[in-house]
Amino acid sequence: MAGSMERPRYRGGARSSVAASIGRVVVYVVLIVFAVAIIYPLLWMFLNGFKSNAELFGDPWGLPSTWRWENFVKAWNLGVVRYLMNSVFVAAAAVVTTILFSSMAAYSLTRYRIPFAGAITVLLLGGMMLAPTVALIPLFRLLQTLGIFDTYWGLIVLYTAFRIPFTVFLIRAYMVTISREIEDAAIVDGANRWQVFWLVIMPLSRPIIVSAALLQALFSWNEFVFALVFINDTDLKTLPVGLLAMQGRVLSDWPVLFAALTIAAVPMIVLFMAGQRQFIRGLSEGYGKG
Amino acid sequence: MPGTSRFGRWSMLLWVAPAVLLLVVFVYYPVVENLRLSLFRWNAFSPSETWVGLDNYRDLTLDPVFWSSLFNNIAYAVVSVIFQVGGGLVLAAVLEELVRGRWKGFFRTVYFVPAVLSLTITGLLFQFMYNPQIGLVNGFLGAVGLDSWKHSWLGESATAIWAIIAMSQWQSIGYVMVLFIVAMQRIPRELYEAAYIDGASRPHAFRSITVPLVREMILLATIITISGAFLVFNEVQVMTAGGPNNSSHTLGTWLYKSAFFNDQMGYAAAIAVVIFIITMVASIVQLFLGRGKAVQY
Repeated sequence: MAGSMERPRYRGGARSSVAASIGRVVVYVVLIVFAVAIIYPLLWMFLNGFKSNAELFGDPWGLPSTWRWENFVKAWNLGVVRYLMNSVFVAAAAVVTTILFSSMAAYSLTRYRIPFAGAITVLLLGGMMLAPTVALIPLFRLLQTLGIFDTYWGLIVLYTAFRIPFTVFLIRAYMVTISREIEDAAIVDGANRWQVFWLVIMPLSRPIIVSAALLQALFSWNEFVFALVFINDTDLKTLPVGLLAMQGRVLSDWPVLFAALTIAAVPMIVLFMAGQRQFIRGLSEGYGKG
Repeated sequence: MPGTSRFGRWSMLLWVAPAVLLLVVFVYYPVVENLRLSLFRWNAFSPSETWVGLDNYRDLTLDPVFWSSLFNNIAYAVVSVIFQVGGGLVLAAVLEELVRGRWKGFFRTVYFVPAVLSLTITGLLFQFMYNPQIGLVNGFLGAVGLDSWKHSWLGESATAIWAIIAMSQWQSIGYVMVLFIVAMQRIPRELYEAAYIDGASRPHAFRSITVPLVREMILLATIITISGAFLVFNEVQVMTAGGPNNSSHTLGTWLYKSAFFNDQMGYAAAIAVVIFIITMVASIVQLFLGRGKAVQY
């Protein structure tokens, strides 16, 4: 009965069913127009990557006359490959450390009666209220003092620290629901805590771990403020800041910049398409259960 | 039972130690230190600090760019609540109620895609979209006969911030829509069946069933959108860097420029305190509404 096909019947009459189908057409037209408004700029970005500068200015709406893959090669060699590798490394490391430390914390808080559990929970979750911008200036000094200014480690440490609260929040809510029986059986069989954590709890928490990891990858991949302020060395820049630096370097060779934008956009779109369900679960869990 | 022995209990603290340590050193300490730094005048290259009391805050109130930045953040918040929360809610309801099968998944995916892209990518893309020579925006206006509406969108003080805000709506509406879809999927179908049998129309069902039942999500999305609007940085830095004539700064970019270009670190710290207070108020309201359920953008 949930199918919308049944519904017009309640209103009866031929006239209202005509009105309903007109309404349906209008709805679809609006939705398609909106979809085109989303896709068209992205398609434009992709196609402009193949044009020559003359084509871009002469016919900004048109298709490229030939597929100039050399623009993509040029963008790749102008730095995109370097930025891409930096982003992959920083994001991967930040995902590993964030997930590891957050699940360890969530595990001990949900499975054991540890001292100061209440205070520790408030401290960990309260971090969600604090924005990176607010800490920016003291961090500028702190990272220099610690000798991790202008290094990958600076970014990895910050991405981990600022995202532990949210990640603990996600994983903790999930671990609470895991039954104690399997765990107790493992302990009876002589497993220690470390083994219970790795062999029982982590495998059982897999769905939320995947969601949390995807969201952390997305965050680290796109993060801009820290990457802008705490990295000076061009060779260490991640994509969001590197692309900005490239804009200055390609000068007026805009198609190359379009090619660079396309290369940078692809990994996240692919990751999203592959893990759409996990992405959305993570986001909706993060918003609490409406 | 594990963790019941005295030693066992205390040793479990080691499991939370890395998380706690990272948070204390890299999140809590800097936020507190920032409060202190806002009371001093200092710059990046000479570490000596001069106590100035509340002078940085007085300077804030006299700084027209601070006020225009704050205004821009407020504009960002208002427009985003209308388009992302309002528009996202309507889109979600339309997709859930009126669209079936493959189309539903197609629209949902397409609308969400911009949200996974870096703001640098969309920012640079829209810089080209707004470009007076090759941009699609002016091209479109010309094509439909609205030549007089053409602007150098990012190059004029009057339009720059609005052009950035518009890009942001394009990017984020699908994200908020997906949150509403998830909330709506938790509503029992029987409620709608009953309403339709009683002769309710779709708009009526939307008002009397959907909206009340996703109210909590509406409130949360509103608060999070507002709090996000006061943290806007990336897209402004990429598209205009606050120009022309400092007209499109937000608190975030003005903080950045004050600290790292004008070398007024204490002053920038005072801006950070303002951002801190605004986002803190939003978080507290949110905690209140979410009854303890913490939430992040």
